Amino acid sequence: MPVVMDAARVERTIARIAHEIVERNRDLDQLALVGVRTRGVPIARRISEAVAAITGTRIPVGTLDITLYRDDLMRHTVGPQPVVHRTDIPFSIDDRRILLVDDVLYTGRTVRAALDALIDFGRPRSIQLVVLVDRGHRELPIKADYVGKNLPTSPRESVQVRLAETDGQDEVVVQEAHA
Amino acid sequence: MTTQTVTGLKGKHLLGIADLSAEEIGLILETAEAMKEVGARPIKKVPTLRGKTVINLFFEASTRTRTSFEVAEKRLSADTLNIAASTSSVVKGETLVDTALNLEAMAPDMIVMRHASSGACHLLARVCKSRIINAGDGMHEHPTQALLDAFTIREHKGRIGGLKIAIIGDLLHSRVLRSNLLLLGKLGAEVWVAAPPTLMPPDVERFGVHSTTSIDEAVRDADVVMMLRIQLERMQGNFFPSLREYFTVFGMTEERMRRAKPDVIIMHPGPMNRGVEIASEVADGPYSVILNQVANGVAVRMAVLFLLSGASEGDQL
Repeated sequence: MPVVMDAARVERTIARIAHEIVERNRDLDQLALVGVRTRGVPIARRISEAVAAITGTRIPVGTLDITLYRDDLMRHTVGPQPVVHRTDIPFSIDDRRILLVDDVLYTGRTVRAALDALIDFGRPRSIQLVVLVDRGHRELPIKADYVGKNLPTSPRESVQVRLAETDGQDEVVVQEAHA
Repeated sequence: MTTQTVTGLKGKHLLGIADLSAEEIGLILETAEAMKEVGARPIKKVPTLRGKTVINLFFEASTRTRTSFEVAEKRLSADTLNIAASTSSVVKGETLVDTALNLEAMAPDMIVMRHASSGACHLLARVCKSRIINAGDGMHEHPTQALLDAFTIREHKGRIGGLKIAIIGDLLHSRVLRSNLLLLGKLGAEVWVAAPPTLMPPDVERFGVHSTTSIDEAVRDADVVMMLRIQLERMQGNFFPSLREYFTVFGMTEERMRRAKPDVIIMHPGPMNRGVEIASEVADGPYSVILNQVANGVAVRMAVLFLLSGASEGDQL
């Protein structure tokens, strides 16, 4: 099982994304990070800490569960519903510049659902997309603004981002998906 | 809070608490937490059940439960139809099964039913392809009420296992009691029930509860006091001398509430008969969570609708 990013690489990548965010956004007070559950949330928190370390400004972090917005919920005839968790956005998103954070960008369907969910919370001035890994194979016209690593994959492979907060350690691995 | 170990409900329908495991109850309550947040948003609606049709078929009077289901369905973007028995073909003599099969011919996805006969929902579940949700069947079960009660207790106490819960009132005619005893038993609460001997179900101990005819014994050191309505409409015969006497002996007063724990909460599934089973000062008191129960009812019903709309083990694929 090939490790494509180890813990040090994950850390450097998040630090680099934080620098890019500081470079490209003049008014940090207007920013807010929204992490997509599950692993987008710890990544968003780490970006917030990294930006605070660089600039002293702490960007607030919200949590978004997109389950109720998925486009495949009612199409599956096998298996139970996925477990829904709480969404927690403790600030108004109206007129904010939102940084939407997820671990892996693949078909783009999760991001589509996240955009629909976010817009139900208000009218942000803008939404930018931050991902740790972009593995290609988009099914919707969606593009990330900040990419940790571009990772060419085959659709048969699965990309797993593991983080200390959720999985005990930081690494990104590519596996041959079980058929 | 508990972490659920199951990710779905085993059954296609929600007919009663009897069919649910403790883990499934945990999953419903966890899901309801997420649903409660939806109700706090500026736009209180998610697209989850878009294109699904839910029929609310009510053969008995209801404000809270019917409205609560309808709000829950609308917050999940389902299309809803309300059918009340008084305006349906039931008054022309159509049987329950015929009514259900005719409604089913219009391809609903779920039917929420309340009926005066115990077991009516089980009958419907046998003849219908739709998911059936029991919104109260006779004196049998009212599962979503017990679930919203559990959700409200957990919200205030952080747990259910180990709490002393006193349930007082017209136990004999209460489907809310039955569902609550099953649920609280599965989650490990210590339950006391109190009623006059005429309103005590003869076999209540088989639920593993303590029964008493002394309201004070039931309330002593209780964490939760749940009052049940005197159901005059179901009473055939004389169960107590007068409503006034009932209140004197079994009504919940501030005086009696003092025997409970200082942080006790008082609950009532509604509709309340003020001055019969509960004094107004208690119903409106600082420990009352009666309106929280109503608010939580929407979240719990959203959770049930959502979880049942997935596929289940019983489906033919």
